[in-house]
Amino acid sequence: MADSLAPRDADGLADAVRWAVAGEHPLEVIAGGSKRDFGRPVQSAATLSLTAFDGIVDYQPSELVLTAKAATPLATIEAATAAERQMLAFEPADYAPLLGTDGEATLGGALACNLSGPRRIKAGAARDHFLGVHAVSGRGERFKAGGRVVKNVTGYDVCKLLSGSYGTLALMHEVTVKVLPAPERTRTVLVFGLEPVDAMEALGAALGSAHEVSGAAHMPAEVAACSAVSYVAGAGASVSAVRVEGFPASVEARCGALRELLGRFGALEELHSKNSATLWREIRDVRAFAEDNGPLWRLSVPPASGAAAAARIADAADARTLFDWGGGLVWLGVNGAEDAGEAAVRDAAAAVGGHATLVRADAPTRAARAVFQPQTAGLAALTERLKRAFDPAGVLNPGRMYAGV
Amino acid sequence: MPEPDAGVISQRQSLVAALRKLLPEYCVIDDERGLRPFECDGLSAYRSLPMVVVLPRDTREVSRVLALCHERGVKIVPRGAGTGLSGGALPLADGVTVGFGKLNRILEIDTANRCAIVQPGVANLAISTAASPYGFYYAPDPSSQLACSIGGNVAENSGGVHCLKYGLTTNNLLGVEMVLMDGEVLRLGGKQFDAEGYDLLGVVTGSEGLLGVVTEVTVRILPKPSTARALLLGFPDNASAGACVGEIIAAGIIPAGLEMMDKPAIHAAEAFCQAGYPLDVEAILICELDGPEVEVDELVALVGDLARKSGATTIRSSTSEEERERFWLGRKSAFGAAGRMAPDYYVMDGTIPRARLPEVLTRIGELSREYDLPVANVFHAGDGNLHPLIMYDSSIPGALQRTEEMGSEILKLCVEVGGVLTGEHGVGVEKRDLMGTMFTEDDLKQQQRIKCAFDPDQLLNPGKVFPTLHRCAELGQMHVHRGETAFPDLPRF
Ligand SMILES: Cc1cc2nc3c(=O)[nH]c(=O)nc-3n(C[C@H](O)[C@H](O)[C@H](O)COP(=O)(O)OP(=O)(O)OC[C@H]3O[C@@H](n4cnc5c(N)ncnc54)[C@H](O)[C@@H]3O)c2cc1C
Repeated sequence: MADSLAPRDADGLADAVRWAVAGEHPLEVIAGGSKRDFGRPVQSAATLSLTAFDGIVDYQPSELVLTAKAATPLATIEAATAAERQMLAFEPADYAPLLGTDGEATLGGALACNLSGPRRIKAGAARDHFLGVHAVSGRGERFKAGGRVVKNVTGYDVCKLLSGSYGTLALMHEVTVKVLPAPERTRTVLVFGLEPVDAMEALGAALGSAHEVSGAAHMPAEVAACSAVSYVAGAGASVSAVRVEGFPASVEARCGALRELLGRFGALEELHSKNSATLWREIRDVRAFAEDNGPLWRLSVPPASGAAAAARIADAADARTLFDWGGGLVWLGVNGAEDAGEAAVRDAAAAVGGHATLVRADAPTRAARAVFQPQTAGLAALTERLKRAFDPAGVLNPGRMYAGV
Repeated sequence: MPEPDAGVISQRQSLVAALRKLLPEYCVIDDERGLRPFECDGLSAYRSLPMVVVLPRDTREVSRVLALCHERGVKIVPRGAGTGLSGGALPLADGVTVGFGKLNRILEIDTANRCAIVQPGVANLAISTAASPYGFYYAPDPSSQLACSIGGNVAENSGGVHCLKYGLTTNNLLGVEMVLMDGEVLRLGGKQFDAEGYDLLGVVTGSEGLLGVVTEVTVRILPKPSTARALLLGFPDNASAGACVGEIIAAGIIPAGLEMMDKPAIHAAEAFCQAGYPLDVEAILICELDGPEVEVDELVALVGDLARKSGATTIRSSTSEEERERFWLGRKSAFGAAGRMAPDYYVMDGTIPRARLPEVLTRIGELSREYDLPVANVFHAGDGNLHPLIMYDSSIPGALQRTEEMGSEILKLCVEVGGVLTGEHGVGVEKRDLMGTMFTEDDLKQQQRIKCAFDPDQLLNPGKVFPTLHRCAELGQMHVHRGETAFPDLPRF
């Protein structure tokens, strides 16, 4: 029976890591566990739970900063910020339904995986909102980096390095993030019946306009059909969606201007705040892919090449697609392919410039395939050196991203 | 600075000869007259002639120069336009300064992907100029934007008055090409939004030239906003100006820019450029709003109301581009204005939680009297980034030292109230020895281990940022007590 550690404070975390180093017990690090099956399976001797690190430490709405223990559920953060009419602008996703887990997404988990929602195109990624951290390294040493103010260049931006490191570098136990005012009103302009190539052009036109678009997605017909929003599900065609948010008069004006801009692409419809919220939550959480459990890829590509990348894969494998970030984020559910579609996906990413991550697959597939984009020799060597700089004994989530890291 | 290595200096001639095999004659500078312009950056109190300056013309030349220096154990100092204010580009007497003046081309404006690819020596403003015909611009706008290079911006993670709404350099970068000290060329990011693997781009940004030499930069460009208007607000005291900033943000408004100037700064600016600032107030705020016209008009009215409720005695809103630019004129020339008030001035750059502003300004006023040195304060009020300008006369013996002492006191005060040593100008040599006020030895060692992963021989820009240099081998050691059955009370579940 694998050991399960649940330190109660930062010194306890440091002790746990030193224990792991001394006894050569690699640790699987978990907080809410909602993304436990994201990444390569970790070969661990023990589980280290961060669940004791729960609670908001300090929230100063007027300073636009919030400090919380790392395993604070996102739901707690969202309730607190909503009460002050603020939000985490990077729109962190909840992948629990997608990954078929019943864990609860936490703030630290969202940062560790650098997961950002549709507003990424306007407000930035999780990493852009991550201001400060207290952590324990794989050496069992406590350290901090960053600060509790929005603007800070004192020392290296270690927060950036930790975001997207999937718990392989350090155990974050307290984090400070930037918060922003929540929009008063939201409108979504829908364009019906576009092929992906035309849809990318329409989304590009919206994003290239001065209308401060905060969401730009395209759902092919079979994906749109899964929506809980009747205008989208009932379209019987593909749906492209463009979101604007902000002060009411401004939103109405921009929505009107966008309708004018997009009218030449196809038939239009407009969603108000409630339906918009539902639709963009579905897109954020990739809900259309939650019902099946086949391999699911996430491609990050130059936005104008999203359709081209998807088309290349569709030629080689049976795939379902959802485009977000104006085409810069392509979700691909691959059916029936021997290699989970890896060859076709990697080939497409390489062709357009970008990379792909296998977000969902069964454990044997995730062990056998490269889950994260294979790196060039130079990047792989630097990645390994950084891993050793934080975790020389390799006790924190070893192998979760790359074998040997 | 680290003691220059006499052995390296004695090999200078042979190094120059070897460099001239890699680069044409005119790209390798070794005569004193040629070296002189490189002896300092914007922190001109610190000067040192570099051993050699090279001006490579492409990535391959950068890579070969670094590989050669690496092989010979020679230090490298990257240098952009030399406008840095913390001594980041301060040369080393036993080091080669690599300048990017010849890497100054805009390679691509890609409107479909809303990005631009440029060489590191391109001036910040030149990107916006090149993108302008397509209706786009590059958002981060340091006051030095006419001169400073994008490579320097990446190295310092520079900000500007529009960073409140649009983010710092780091939030507007998509990718870089970078050369490691051993000459290896790496690409981080690209035209896509997210990095693969560890966010190396994120940690390289703001690393002050210590991790790698940036040879190409991909930035996001944004569509130009359709309208911009500014308000000029005058307040009877610093506290009410500070409170007004809080009210604006509490109303859910993130202005494009929100700047504050205190009385000495207002008077200095007004004397310098006659921007039309009110002289009977203790503080002014300049608040810029941009976006669709309806929004801008609505928010201009709203901010005006909030200012009135906060006690503003002057409320003016721009009704033309010309007027908006005049509101900014005084703020933008604040450094120059300080330069007019005294023979020398010293720019500080701490960040504080905004709510602590009145108290911090009071304490800075006390320090000013104690040290008998006038201070004018300009403040990126929206994000708490304070720039006290200390005026002094370097021809008076000891004046520089007293100024620096007072500057240190101000930065320590910033840390004490929950802020940080530097918001945008970087640590460099200037604030290096203050790092211990913010970080523990373990914090700094962990950062230095990052340095070691990129540059194990510590040849790239050494002597900057970190107060103590540790050897990488020493930093890598870990004392493990194997086989111990200690830790009996680790909590289990
Ligand atoms: C009048 C004035 C106003 C200013 N206003 C602002 C402001 O509003 N906001 C702000 O943030 N800053 C401001 N600054 C500071 C300065 O302009 C910025 O720090 C700027 O980014 C420096 O760019 P540079 O090209 O001059 O770099 P340099 O001063 O030449 O170098 C700065 C650092 O970058 C490194 N470096 C340069 N190029 C490269 C490269 N290609 N690869 C790796 N490392 C490199 C150097 O080693 C050094 O450590 C101002 C300075 C002045 C003089």
